[in-house]
Amino acid sequence: MTLLSPPPMPGTSGTGVNPSHPDGADDQPRTVGRLTQDDIASLVAAFVGSLALTWLVYFQLLPLSGKVGFLFCWYAAFLAVYGLVSSFGNPRPVVVDRLWGAAVAGAAGVVFFAVLSVAIYTLVKGEGAWIHGNFWTHDMAGVGPTETLTHGGITHAVAGSLIELAIATAVSLPLGIGTAIYMVEIGGRFSTVVRTVVEAMTALPDILAGLFIYTVLQLGLGFQRNGFCAAMALSIMMLPIIARSADVSLRVVAGGLREASLALGASRWATVWRVVLPTARSGLATAVILGLARAVGETAPVLITSGASTFFNTNPLKNPMNSLPLFIFSSVRSGEPTYITRGFGAASVLLVLVVVLFIAARLLSREKTKR
Amino acid sequence: MTAVADVSPASPLPDDDKPRSLGSGIGGSDRVFQVSATGVGAVVLVITGAIGLFLGYQLIPTLHNYGLGFFTRAVWNPEQNLLGISGVVVGTIEIAVIALAISFPLALGTAVYISEYAPNWLKGTLVALVDLMAAVPSIIYGLWGLLLISPHALYVARWINSYFGWVPFLKVDTDPRAAAFSAHNYVSSPFIAALIVSMMVIPMACAVMRGVFAQAPIGEREAAYALGSTRWGMIRSVVLPFGRGGIIGGTMLALGRALGETVAVLLIISPEYDLKFKPLEIGGITVASLIANQFNDASSSQLSALLAAGFVLFVMTIAVNTVAAIIVNRSRSGAQTDA
Amino acid sequence: MTTIAPPPTIDLARLEEPEPERDPTGAQLDAVNISAWFGTNKVLDRVSLSMPPGTVSALIGPSGCGKSTFLRILNRMHESVPSAKLAGEVQLNGQDIYAPGQRITETRKRIGMVFQKPNPFPAMSIAENVVAGLKLTGAKVSRSAKEALIEDCLQRGGLWAEVKDRLDRPGGALSGGQQQRLCIARSLAVSPDVLLMDEPCSALDPTSTRRIEETIAMLRDQVTIVIVTHNMQQAARVSQQCAFFLAEQGTPGVIVESGPTRDIFERPRDQRTSDYVNGRFG
Repeated sequence: MTLLSPPPMPGTSGTGVNPSHPDGADDQPRTVGRLTQDDIASLVAAFVGSLALTWLVYFQLLPLSGKVGFLFCWYAAFLAVYGLVSSFGNPRPVVVDRLWGAAVAGAAGVVFFAVLSVAIYTLVKGEGAWIHGNFWTHDMAGVGPTETLTHGGITHAVAGSLIELAIATAVSLPLGIGTAIYMVEIGGRFSTVVRTVVEAMTALPDILAGLFIYTVLQLGLGFQRNGFCAAMALSIMMLPIIARSADVSLRVVAGGLREASLALGASRWATVWRVVLPTARSGLATAVILGLARAVGETAPVLITSGASTFFNTNPLKNPMNSLPLFIFSSVRSGEPTYITRGFGAASVLLVLVVVLFIAARLLSREKTKR
Repeated sequence: MTAVADVSPASPLPDDDKPRSLGSGIGGSDRVFQVSATGVGAVVLVITGAIGLFLGYQLIPTLHNYGLGFFTRAVWNPEQNLLGISGVVVGTIEIAVIALAISFPLALGTAVYISEYAPNWLKGTLVALVDLMAAVPSIIYGLWGLLLISPHALYVARWINSYFGWVPFLKVDTDPRAAAFSAHNYVSSPFIAALIVSMMVIPMACAVMRGVFAQAPIGEREAAYALGSTRWGMIRSVVLPFGRGGIIGGTMLALGRALGETVAVLLIISPEYDLKFKPLEIGGITVASLIANQFNDASSSQLSALLAAGFVLFVMTIAVNTVAAIIVNRSRSGAQTDA
Repeated sequence: MTTIAPPPTIDLARLEEPEPERDPTGAQLDAVNISAWFGTNKVLDRVSLSMPPGTVSALIGPSGCGKSTFLRILNRMHESVPSAKLAGEVQLNGQDIYAPGQRITETRKRIGMVFQKPNPFPAMSIAENVVAGLKLTGAKVSRSAKEALIEDCLQRGGLWAEVKDRLDRPGGALSGGQQQRLCIARSLAVSPDVLLMDEPCSALDPTSTRRIEETIAMLRDQVTIVIVTHNMQQAARVSQQCAFFLAEQGTPGVIVESGPTRDIFERPRDQRTSDYVNGRFG
């Protein structure tokens, strides 16, 4: 299906004469499935033609402006010209094929352009903040609203995020994997209920997790705004994610392995602990990382529960505790340009964090498929 | 010589052929294991179930305080204690539906491209990129939308208004051809919020669709090619019909996510609580952003009302997600698990 | 690679050889009036079979006749299926393994099982796989004893020569036949009295099959072996006694005929047995 030709094999020409071809004719593999000249010519012609046409009409004949509009019109003109050019000497199915191919590639192009622009824009806009050393070593305590970017930093938000995530993981990891073990290894009618509820809870809008904790822990039980409440809200978000993906990775452990273990005289507990969990370990690690990647960027729950401090605080039970997403949110909301830049700086850190977690999850699951 | 036993039944067949009880002799550690695993399952059920019940329970004080008008009024006025969520619910659906209209063709196109067009060396990277896009926190999309996309989207909104303003819901209450372009009428609109939300839901929908497309049987693909089909002809006759469940299910999963999105909408939109269908115009609200806006100053009865609004959102999301999950699972019937 | 696939005809000459005098160390296993159900569907009806030590007993019969169910009943794997029910007794040296006082894990340790599909534990190395049973049942063994046990079991499983240089490699990296012999070695490491084999060669090529059959012949003085097989030539090659299972249209499975292997193949008493061993159905 690919349009790529394999690279020519080095050192085959002239050497090792094939006895059945005494003339020494080269035995090079042929390139197949390459684009025809007509394919390439039509594509290039449509590309250039539509660019010229659009430029002429858009800027010269009509009083239009704006880059977005130009790109839109160019793409539309390109499809029209491409279809027209292709219809000379090609049957209808080929024309349709080319147009849809162009449309599909266009959609994919827009999406990938967008995702790259998100990443690049965030990193570039944040550079003004993260380029300074103090951004990595200070908190925002006592930094006035007009202070330049050489003051203040995000250590308090990073520390807060890490502490909240650690607590949330400590709560949701055993519960999530325990639930998955229950659903897969014990089973029964009651487990269907648990599975249905867990599935439903993955759809819980994030704001509701925060609101629930706010109402129950803070209004009901009198907790102050602190990191612990935020961690509880995050663990409500993480729990169903971990339970569900751990459920999937335990279920794909082949039943034959369990039988083999039981047939050796192992108890069910020993089978789960020594055979099922080690076999599924990379899947379980991926489940936890997916939960972490989700929780680290959750803004709505921490917005409601933790309170945005400006100072470094490592005690989750006392005083508000900031976190990266909350810091980004409040910085951007302030409208102050230096704060917005700091927000982008923090967003760069958050983005890199998510990418790192994501790559870790990928590597783990790749290791699994290799086995 | 080993005596090969006479294996014909030694005794006549018994008449009482009743099942005996099994499962005796299970060790103590296994009982502990069974009980504790069930206990964990029950705890999680209680925690998660409690949230749903807790939210639902708030309907009682809310209806008591605000009456059935809570569902029909389109106003949120805490000072006069006059609350109603019809405008908010409509706004939520409006933004989700627009987001879906934008994301559906893009997600479908991307999924088809990755599964059918992308060269093999690129495929893995693109799949990873889409998955990564799903992991990017919504706050980052919010920033991107607020500061990069929003200024450009204004012009698109104005363009739509000037040429399609005769369609009632595409109208903005301003003169599109006025000499001075009044940008403030176009900013902070549901349309722009939906644009950002659509970026968030594209990867979800795309991943589901691509997963199903990849399972389209190779035999049918080759059969289509062997009949002289073009690539698009094969996609239309084999891949898309095969992946229909995935397309619908993935889109509905995206809808569920779009309904519940908070922060990106909160950053973009300028809150307005009345009932209106002008997505291009400034002002709108969703349930999630209503809660984030109002929870701080709410009295206890107003908090109940917010929780009840949250419950309405929760029910909508769960309904959409459940239907989506059923459709996706049905379309994946070929993939069985060895359990 | 010079081994030729087993010939399609049964080697009758070999069956006529007199059995040498031996002193087997396996255990006596007796199934008495075993019935089995899945839900309300009865799959076995009052089946009795005696499996003496030093003997390889082959269970043959067409698919769906209940022979695998019967095998799984012999070491209490049957009850891991939620809807499974059972009547009758399985006696190991005269002791009913389903009696209330019997520990299920102890029973399975004494009656090992090898499955149709080789299933080494993927998260463990070859050596760890061999001693997995000890780890899983919580038995403490010294390091040197463990190494000796690994070598001994792999020798008995006929795998030692092939893997002795790579004991720390994952078990999944072996070929299918080697994996199956690893699974046999794994079962032997907990020193069972009986070894059940559920079509151990059906997923393997002829060469690997031959190696496993040699292993079975070597092991039969040490443990009582019960093997389910679809392959009649295999049953004739490896077993001393044979039980023919059959489930006729809508009825639960029964043993139509059982006895010394050569009788079953040469002088079957029942017409259906004769039809089956001569390949008229199945």
